[in-house]
Amino acid sequence: MATVEIRNVRKSYGPVEAIKGIDIAIQDGEFLVLLGPSGCGKSTLLRMVAGLEGITGGEIAIGGRVVNHLDPKDRDIAMVFQNYALYPHMTVFDNMAYGLKIRGIPKAEIRARVDKAANILELGRFLDRRPSQLSGGQRQRVAMGRAIVREPAAFLFDEPLSNLDAKLRTQMRVEIKRLQDRLGITSLYVTHDQVEAMTLADRILVMNHGVAEQIGTPLEVYQRPASLFVAGFIGSPPMNVLDGRIDDRGEAVLLPGGQRLALPQARPTDAGRPVKLGIRPEHMAVAAQDFSGGFSIEVELVEALGADTVVYGRLPDGESLLVRMAGIPTVRERDRLTVAPQDGALHLFDAVTGRRME
Amino acid sequence: MKPTRFIDLLPHIVLIVGVLIFAYPIYVTLIGSTWDSGTIGRGGLPLWPGGQGATNYAQAWVGEAGDRAMYTPVRTMMLNSLVMALSIAVGKIAISILSAYAVAFFRFPLRMAFFWLIFITLMLPVEVRIIPTYKVVADLGLINTYAGLAIPLIASATATLLFRQFFLTIPDELLEAAKIDGAGPVRFFIDVVLPLSRTNIAALFVILFIYGWNQYLWPLLVTSSGDMETIVTGITKMIGTGESANDWHIIMATTVLAMLPPVAVVVFMQRWFVKGLVDSEK
Repeated sequence: MATVEIRNVRKSYGPVEAIKGIDIAIQDGEFLVLLGPSGCGKSTLLRMVAGLEGITGGEIAIGGRVVNHLDPKDRDIAMVFQNYALYPHMTVFDNMAYGLKIRGIPKAEIRARVDKAANILELGRFLDRRPSQLSGGQRQRVAMGRAIVREPAAFLFDEPLSNLDAKLRTQMRVEIKRLQDRLGITSLYVTHDQVEAMTLADRILVMNHGVAEQIGTPLEVYQRPASLFVAGFIGSPPMNVLDGRIDDRGEAVLLPGGQRLALPQARPTDAGRPVKLGIRPEHMAVAAQDFSGGFSIEVELVEALGADTVVYGRLPDGESLLVRMAGIPTVRERDRLTVAPQDGALHLFDAVTGRRME
Repeated sequence: MKPTRFIDLLPHIVLIVGVLIFAYPIYVTLIGSTWDSGTIGRGGLPLWPGGQGATNYAQAWVGEAGDRAMYTPVRTMMLNSLVMALSIAVGKIAISILSAYAVAFFRFPLRMAFFWLIFITLMLPVEVRIIPTYKVVADLGLINTYAGLAIPLIASATATLLFRQFFLTIPDELLEAAKIDGAGPVRFFIDVVLPLSRTNIAALFVILFIYGWNQYLWPLLVTSSGDMETIVTGITKMIGTGESANDWHIIMATTVLAMLPPVAVVVFMQRWFVKGLVDSEK
């Protein structure tokens, strides 16, 4: 158990900068999820912590010890790979025991540790099998078992669930969460799946193009996205983003279609400034037909998901607007209706930088 | 049941004819090895076994004088061939798996240059480089030694390429998992790469053993004394130039004996051999 500190870490491949200075201190026992689209550098960052990639600049410290120049085996970490990376010719027991055997741990203790891990993961019956005789979920558990028996300072997960089908993924997600709660080992978890990130993380580091867009708890990231990128990446369906301008008195946002949405607090200093206005689809509700603070939309498509309904609407000026309503559909395609944002549902972003305006 | 049609039988007929064509000479050799030299010499070899088999094989095995000449005993030649074939097979596999490991898993300067250097030797068969090779072996004093027989044939581009291709299919994550588990390059090679390659090794062993066993030109050049004779060159030396009659009964017995080790290797390693050729156990 240990802290993991990443201090201004950079990675370049020739002239291309893949990681442009990431700073984060991960607490002992914390579960940090690195979230971002593919190619954002999240896997590279994880592999740098693991020691599988060199560090171009900055420092990584595990348990207070700078590990920049240590081999992976000396960093006291264990890693779970996307394709499990089990040794195909070894039994489940040998797969889990291999790292311990190399470290010269006595046989009896290896046996005890593997049995304990197998118990936690319900793998006891499979110890004599080869990976090829196991299902995807079982292989995934063996890969985690191999990490657990090492009793490392930190777990590193590299998209461990993306090779599983949807149902198994949900199940394994719960298992990982339960396991990490129980073992309390500092974990770094890479994923591009926002649901995994939201459910597993103590904190999420949202990455894009090699920079940290936002670091925060899942709810912070959802409720107060720090940039347009985070706003669009977290939440499904994604947040609506509309061009707008703050009126001359700084009390409302004016939209090109003529709507005027009052701001919760006046912002006189921003008067006249162009902004991007974000509203989550689930934070809008149907309002009276003549309500002035809402949007009049024509319904283009209705997706009934059972528990809720996603309405694809079009504004008079041609912009599209998504609204998510609870329950089964009450509107039909080509209906006209007025929807209004709920209190506190407006997010303002700088039109140029895309950063959140507080 | 439908009556069997000719068209269904045709493949079987073709196959049976094919087998007969291939098997007949071997059958003749087998039969010939059980008759005395007189019967064979007259040109009237019967197609059924004669009564001389035990005598012929015993004579060939210990190398007693035949009716017309003295020969190197088959047991000596078999031993020589066995040592040569085994050294070539084991040596080739050992060298090529190590060089393939280096080329496939390590990044070092001139890596691709070395790879191409190995590759180029593929275009130079033994026959092309036989004079310089002979010169080198002679200067090293390796004429009439097992080392001289085997070492020049050990370097193998084909096997290196084969192993390299196989190694490239081993996922990078496996290497990374081993790194995190604490296995160095040697550990990884012994604990992971070798066990994963075992079917490939078995298949190569069969091919290379037969390749080594059947070597003709090189042993012919590099051995001059009778007790270093290999069995393939030995057989050809038994056959005269036509000035005198040949001891066909002994030649045929020797030939039959010469076939046994390769057949045994194939029979015993067949399961592995086929597995290595068809299956990529992942």
